[in-house]
Amino acid sequence: MNPISENLGFEPPKAVATAWVVDGAIDTRHGPILYMEDVSVSFDGFKALNNMSLYIDEGELRCLIGPNGAGKTTLMDVITGKTRPDSGSVFFGQTINLLKMDEPAIAQAGICRKFQKPSVFDALTVFENLELALKANKSTWHSLFFRLTTEQCDRINDVLLTIGLSGCSQQRAGILSHGQKQWLEIGMLLMQEPKVMLVDEPIAGMTHQEIERTAELLLSLQGKHSLVVVEHDMEFVRSIASKVTVLHEGTVLTEGTMDEVQNDPRVIQVYLGGSC
Amino acid sequence: MKLISLASQDKTTSALLTVLLLVSIFIPLCNLLTAADSPLHFSAYTVSLIGKYLTFALLGLSLDLVWGYCGILALGHGAFFALGGYAMGMYLMRQIGARGVYGDPLLPDFMVFLNWKELPWYWFGFNNFGFALLMVVLAPGVLAFRSRVTGVYLSIITQALTYALLLAFFRNEMGFGGNNGLTDFKDILGYNIQSETVRSMLLLLSGGALIVAFLVCRWIVSTKLGRVVTAIRDQESRVRFLGYRVEMFKLWIFVFAAMLAGVAGALYVPQVGIINPSEFSPLNSLEIVIWVAMGGRGTLYGAIVGAVLVNYSKTLLTGLLPDAWLFILGGLFIVVTLLLPDGIVGLLQRKLKGQMA
Amino acid sequence: MRTLPGNTMNTFVPYPFTHFCAGLLLLFCLSAQAQPASGQQLQDVLIHLSQGAMSEREQAIKQLVELKDPRGLPILQALLAGKLLALKTENKLVIADGDDQNYAVRDAISDEPNGMVSAEQISKINLTNKLRGNLRKIIGELELNADSPAIRLAAVKAMDKDVDERLITLFQQRLTVEQDGKVKQAIQDILLLQKISGGDKNQRIQAINELKDHDSQDVFNKLKTLAEKDADGHYLETDSDIRNIAESAIASINNRLRLYSAIETVFFGLSLGAVLVLSAIGLAITFGVMGVINMAHGELMMIGAYTTYVIQQLMPNQLGLSIFLAIPAAFTLSALVGIAIERGIIRFLYGRPLETLLATFGVSLFLQQAVRSIFSPLNRSVATPEWMSGSWQINDFLSLTWNRFYILIFCLLVFVLLMQILKRTKLGLEVRAVAQNRRMAKAMGIPTARVDAMTFGLGSGIAGVAGVALSQITNVGPNLGQAYIVDSFMVVVFGGVGNLLGTLVAGFSLGIANKFLEPLAGAVLAKILVLVFIILFIQKRPRGLFPQKGRAADA
Repeated sequence: MNPISENLGFEPPKAVATAWVVDGAIDTRHGPILYMEDVSVSFDGFKALNNMSLYIDEGELRCLIGPNGAGKTTLMDVITGKTRPDSGSVFFGQTINLLKMDEPAIAQAGICRKFQKPSVFDALTVFENLELALKANKSTWHSLFFRLTTEQCDRINDVLLTIGLSGCSQQRAGILSHGQKQWLEIGMLLMQEPKVMLVDEPIAGMTHQEIERTAELLLSLQGKHSLVVVEHDMEFVRSIASKVTVLHEGTVLTEGTMDEVQNDPRVIQVYLGGSC
Repeated sequence: MKLISLASQDKTTSALLTVLLLVSIFIPLCNLLTAADSPLHFSAYTVSLIGKYLTFALLGLSLDLVWGYCGILALGHGAFFALGGYAMGMYLMRQIGARGVYGDPLLPDFMVFLNWKELPWYWFGFNNFGFALLMVVLAPGVLAFRSRVTGVYLSIITQALTYALLLAFFRNEMGFGGNNGLTDFKDILGYNIQSETVRSMLLLLSGGALIVAFLVCRWIVSTKLGRVVTAIRDQESRVRFLGYRVEMFKLWIFVFAAMLAGVAGALYVPQVGIINPSEFSPLNSLEIVIWVAMGGRGTLYGAIVGAVLVNYSKTLLTGLLPDAWLFILGGLFIVVTLLLPDGIVGLLQRKLKGQMA
Repeated sequence: MRTLPGNTMNTFVPYPFTHFCAGLLLLFCLSAQAQPASGQQLQDVLIHLSQGAMSEREQAIKQLVELKDPRGLPILQALLAGKLLALKTENKLVIADGDDQNYAVRDAISDEPNGMVSAEQISKINLTNKLRGNLRKIIGELELNADSPAIRLAAVKAMDKDVDERLITLFQQRLTVEQDGKVKQAIQDILLLQKISGGDKNQRIQAINELKDHDSQDVFNKLKTLAEKDADGHYLETDSDIRNIAESAIASINNRLRLYSAIETVFFGLSLGAVLVLSAIGLAITFGVMGVINMAHGELMMIGAYTTYVIQQLMPNQLGLSIFLAIPAAFTLSALVGIAIERGIIRFLYGRPLETLLATFGVSLFLQQAVRSIFSPLNRSVATPEWMSGSWQINDFLSLTWNRFYILIFCLLVFVLLMQILKRTKLGLEVRAVAQNRRMAKAMGIPTARVDAMTFGLGSGIAGVAGVALSQITNVGPNLGQAYIVDSFMVVVFGGVGNLLGTLVAGFSLGIANKFLEPLAGAVLAKILVLVFIILFIQKRPRGLFPQKGRAADA
């Protein structure tokens, strides 16, 4: 049955049409899974993104660094459909134009996002949080008559193990520690089985041990998923990244390995001041 | 801890259901079986009054679904109640037939008075009870709208909407009786609307509708849809980034609640015998909000308790101290929001937990 | 106090004494410089006025005019208005000031107060219709020579309905001595109008051409009669040249009429917009700048309106002053109530807008009922000072009511003042700082709690001032606030929250839109249409006409 026509007969926006169709059909023959070309965004004259071009390869783990206001969060907003750019193009694979889709459609296409501030559903249990994120038909009627299958249950339990929250699956998410909430949110990303994961500051508020485990987790995900990680902690970035992109004032300043980037005089200039 | 709250909720639920069943079966039965002078006999006034409270409870319940679970503070919920009421009122008007003051077999009195020659198109079909019932549910459902507007903006928009409807229904040209609304009903399904049997049956129906609606609402909030809706209340944008079409979920819950409100309005009208535009007034919609806030939002039974309590006090006080009612209502708004954020139900639950600990 | 003519008639042309009124007038004009008559002479004439047959009254009127006494005109005016009464007991005439059951009267001759009399003590002096018609003419002609140009103008306008030969001569005489341009113009118009009706063709055409640029109802009516057909379909005017010229003149007047009606609609729209802006602008501060939903805003306006009412009750004889006193008083009172609401309720609810909405709604119910209990549930009417009532008659087709005009100006004044407060004062700076970044402002030592209270007080005070303005155009009642609250919120949201200029633009454009829709759809439907339009607009652009952009807007 066509899930769209079931929605009470109200016609959803056109973007939905691609939502369940694109699964597994992302054209990555040319390597990159995410293309951003000449993207510009401005707020009241302030250029948050300035002709930014960025390519993310399938299965790679890319770290984005840059001082405050470099455009990291705006970049994620543009990819996930929250902010519409003034100009430029954003493609998912060769064929899917993300600029024509809204947030839910992009999420269903396989691009998921962890927010800078951990946002989990405090009133629901950890288990229910993951259940909501579970890749499934997300229309209203399907949600009303939804029953977890055994495989889906197993999948949730697997993720619970992965993120180390098996012990508190029936607890309300609101009482978790800050670090645990970060993990839960990463778990929610995993439940969606995304192609691309955008991870904004994953280790803020974590203990040293938790940071190490997060690094392991992220490393284990590369290959299966493409990851874009924004992080300020250079130590952490060094421990996970093979390729680092430095953003500055809305454009890509340089790209390369951590060592290359750290020795780039322009990067030193940007980070150590004098750019004003 | 979770288990305790579940158990207490279930206990509360079953207690509430028992009371509702008792009221809606016992009172009609008493009235039908006992003589008019028996001490077990309730006056027609009391029966209608209780029936009215039950429809208000249903209305409160529907708002709780929208506000308590989905976080949409709809300040125009009374409009759906009124629309349902008007749909029922139109059916009842058509049942008057030639018995009106002017004796026109087709046109209701007010249309004859306005010199109208024929029935407006939207009045056709309302002589059929089934069609009227369909409209009771559909008219509010169609009016419910999808919107990306959130928070207080939505509240203000819904209020403006019911205000616009209020103005519109006051117009004679709308063909809904203008200022006076629809009244002087005679029959419902061929039975005299004033008769004790019909009054008792309406009470029974109101109680039944309330119980069914309560159970359905409880089921809805226990499904994944219910959890998505709760999630929307707490973190709307996160839900969107999980791939849910937030507007559709809001619309779904809004439409469902609007339909429930329509049913409540349809049951209300034959029991009070009149429907007029003042039902659209923004104040009415705000009163519904205070029932729910007072009872305790996000619990479903809290809305029922609040609706009955506030309306009972209103009946009591407008009789005793007519001037004091608005003072008290105003005070309720302030006290409940400042001191009783979880309502009476929340207060009782905390007390209960305190005793158990 | 009206006086009899002081200027002289230098060029007196004798006129056959064929007409009763004209005769009186001539006598009067001749003796315009004469001394006032003695009280006894007046007394004798007046006795005849109240007694005897109609013919005797006619005679008495004639004698009164012949006396050339300055006290004659007010007596005649009172006679025409039915306010000249005969005291049964004292055998003298008095002029009534009121028309209740108990009359406050003054002596007709000495003009001194003569206490109160009851209906039984007096008898009215009756006139026949014919006599009344003549009397009207006499008075009009007397007034034509009055000192005050305003009275002369009014007399000319009053007499233009029924122009005869005699009057034309009279007008022509007056024209030669008239100094006042307006009166001159009015007389000339009447004379030209007479020329249109008949006589020499060229003169008629010339008269039409001269008159077609005049915005006068009489000219318009006259021209229309020239283009009319009778029941058989024949033109009343037989000369086709004249008809054509008249028709083209009518067309040009019609064009101007459309322009005037557009101007009038815009003016009505602006004045409605001014009311909307006034009621919304306080809200633009509390809601727009502070983010507080204050449902009691309408009741704060109501407090302002009632303040006006109370002050007016305290000083009933000084209407104008009471309005000016009411403005600061209403501001202070509403601001104090607002601060009390903020300190008592709202500050516990910051960050919980929906709860704030509910609690302040409770406050609004409370205030409404309080007013109902103190002042009664009925509407109170607040009197309008004279300089605010009436209208500015630009021409026969276009008049703008003064009260709406003043409210428009008042609204702009309040707006400019508010902008200056926000831009130039320390409080304004603090308000803007707190609105943009509360925590940072606090860190810099701005007492945010006090600023909150002051801001809320400012917004509330302006609501009170708006109430003063509202009291001048609508009834003051407990429901006054309710009527404006939905509109105010709509204006603020439509204009863009946090943008005062947006509120101004939104208010005026909605007001004008409403007034342009009214003739097409009726007042109520126009209002509904505007509401629905805003609702749809907000659906499309949730941030209103002038949205705030950027990072701060997301927070």
